[in-house]
Amino acid sequence: MTTPLLSVRDLVIEFPTRHGPLTAVDGVSFDLAAGEVLGVVGESGAGKSLTGSAIIGLLDPPGHIASGEIYLKGERIDNLRAEDMRAIRGRRIGMVFQDPLTSLNPLYTIADQLIETIRTHLRLSEREARQRAIGLLDDVGIPAASRRIDDYPHQFSGGMRQRVVIALALAAEPELVIADEPTTALDVSVQAQIIDVLKEQCTQHGASVILITHDMGVIAETADRVAVMYSGRIAEIGPVREIIQNAKHPYTSGLMGSIPTLAQEEDRLVQIPGSMPRLSDIPPGCPFNPRCDKVFDKCRVQRPALIPVENRQVACWLYEEATTNEVAT
Amino acid sequence: MLAYVIRRVLQSIFVLLMVGLVAFSMFRFVGDPVENLLGQERTQADIERVRDQLGLNDPFAVQYVKFLGNALQGNLGVSYRQGRPVSEIIAERAPATLELAGVSALFAVLFGVGLGVFTAIRRDGFMANFIMTTSLIGVSLPTFLIGILLIYIFAVELGWLPSFGRGETVKIGWWSTGFLTESGLKAIILPAITLGLYQMTLIMRLVRSEMLEVLRTDYIKFARARGLSTRAINFGHALKNTLVPVITVTGLQIGSIIAFAIITETVFQWPGVGLLFINAIQFVDIPVMAAYLMLISVMFVLINLIVDLLYFVIDPRLSADASTRGH
Repeated sequence: MTTPLLSVRDLVIEFPTRHGPLTAVDGVSFDLAAGEVLGVVGESGAGKSLTGSAIIGLLDPPGHIASGEIYLKGERIDNLRAEDMRAIRGRRIGMVFQDPLTSLNPLYTIADQLIETIRTHLRLSEREARQRAIGLLDDVGIPAASRRIDDYPHQFSGGMRQRVVIALALAAEPELVIADEPTTALDVSVQAQIIDVLKEQCTQHGASVILITHDMGVIAETADRVAVMYSGRIAEIGPVREIIQNAKHPYTSGLMGSIPTLAQEEDRLVQIPGSMPRLSDIPPGCPFNPRCDKVFDKCRVQRPALIPVENRQVACWLYEEATTNEVAT
Repeated sequence: MLAYVIRRVLQSIFVLLMVGLVAFSMFRFVGDPVENLLGQERTQADIERVRDQLGLNDPFAVQYVKFLGNALQGNLGVSYRQGRPVSEIIAERAPATLELAGVSALFAVLFGVGLGVFTAIRRDGFMANFIMTTSLIGVSLPTFLIGILLIYIFAVELGWLPSFGRGETVKIGWWSTGFLTESGLKAIILPAITLGLYQMTLIMRLVRSEMLEVLRTDYIKFARARGLSTRAINFGHALKNTLVPVITVTGLQIGSIIAFAIITETVFQWPGVGLLFINAIQFVDIPVMAAYLMLISVMFVLINLIVDLLYFVIDPRLSADASTRGH
């Protein structure tokens, strides 16, 4: 097998507190192939954004990587010196944040910010960088890019600003783009456009994407594979179609059941009882056990690892026997 | 933007008129100038003659307008004590104060911004904490005490710097400068530090807190995510965003540097307008006091106006064509 573009191994992110460390991300592992789009879904506080920040090396202190490894094309990047990691950010890993209204520096023109980013990473003259910047803005669908490039961020609407942010993230042709809730802060009417632009541009530039969102619809449309996170762990990871049609993990099926569909007419949507545990008291065993309707004794004692089932991996004891049986036959 | 500038200028003129009124009232209500001008050997006829001559019998409003007209032409009256035109005395003294204020403002801004940025970036470092703690001294000690302390250490104990005066000065036209002689440069160090220390610590603490605020924003995080160098982020992106509030405060502080020069000039016997003012108070030399009051208010108003205009240079969102264009 070829080396995956990105490989995260047993990532643990902790926040030190007076009562000992809080583990916000606990043993997350996944691979991402070149050109692949991986969706990461989960509730607020499931550790999606932290995982993204950890990959690009921008965890806000006091949060830090307590253990685990992150590899970019086989090279370990989680323990690099600050200056080496800086050279990777923007150049090899780009990031798009949630709120386009606050992502751009209000005091600089779009041209200033694009040219600065381009020239930080590529050896181009001011004029070449400007040409490239206009090309990028054109690509992300900003009309009259050569004129609007000299405008300030406040002269653009939210959707347009997010396009600029995407252009900035792609300015130096990164191999991986981490999009952290790129449409959450936008009007519903422009969300689809932005997702289209993001996907189309990343495909064109050959970048893999980690798309962090809590919108299953966005994932269904965009991603190749999806990772469902719960309480800082991956509950289930696999091809999007399969997981949407036939979720294995009880949490994932609960999640899918809570999405309204046009095909069926239901009075009430399915709701998972209870809420995600606080970081300070994640129950022993499977973190989902207090809310799970298929819970049995083992779930309360032992934490399930990711168990391969068909094309995917599920962290649930229900599938332990299935695999052992398969192995046996 | 033009409308804004015109409005601000009109406001400034109004403020100056009001200050002029206060200055003018001093003549009217702080004792009778005629009493001061004519000695004890006066007759009632003398008093009437002088009153008439000085226009003191005119209605209040007429006198006020005359006063303003004279002031605009640079005629601020004659000093009771020195018997010379006030404008001449002030022109003689102003270079000393302006040089002192300029140097201490430069000191306050350079060190204030520099240390503010440093303490914000190295938030938990030992040096940063040390600077923050000592800066409390700058904020809390009164100016005259700092001045006396500095004199004690550097002039009395170490003997490195002079404890009073301006040193030798060189005349360039009517302007006398202390920058061109060694003794002049040495002499300005202690007063400038004394005068600027409070402003420096104030600017430093302000820059620090603004900077910490800005460093938390999304656009700084996004700038990091784009791999920009730490220097570009700290000094290009973050510092520029802290400037608007910092410039407001700095502008006001430069005004007060000129105003508070009174104390420093007294401590160091610096021959500037502040010292002139203190002496004028002792001798109830009202024309000098009034002129000083007007001068300081003109400075304040002017600095405020410049600060307001600087906002436009720094923050594009304030410009008139700030209409948000949709997509």
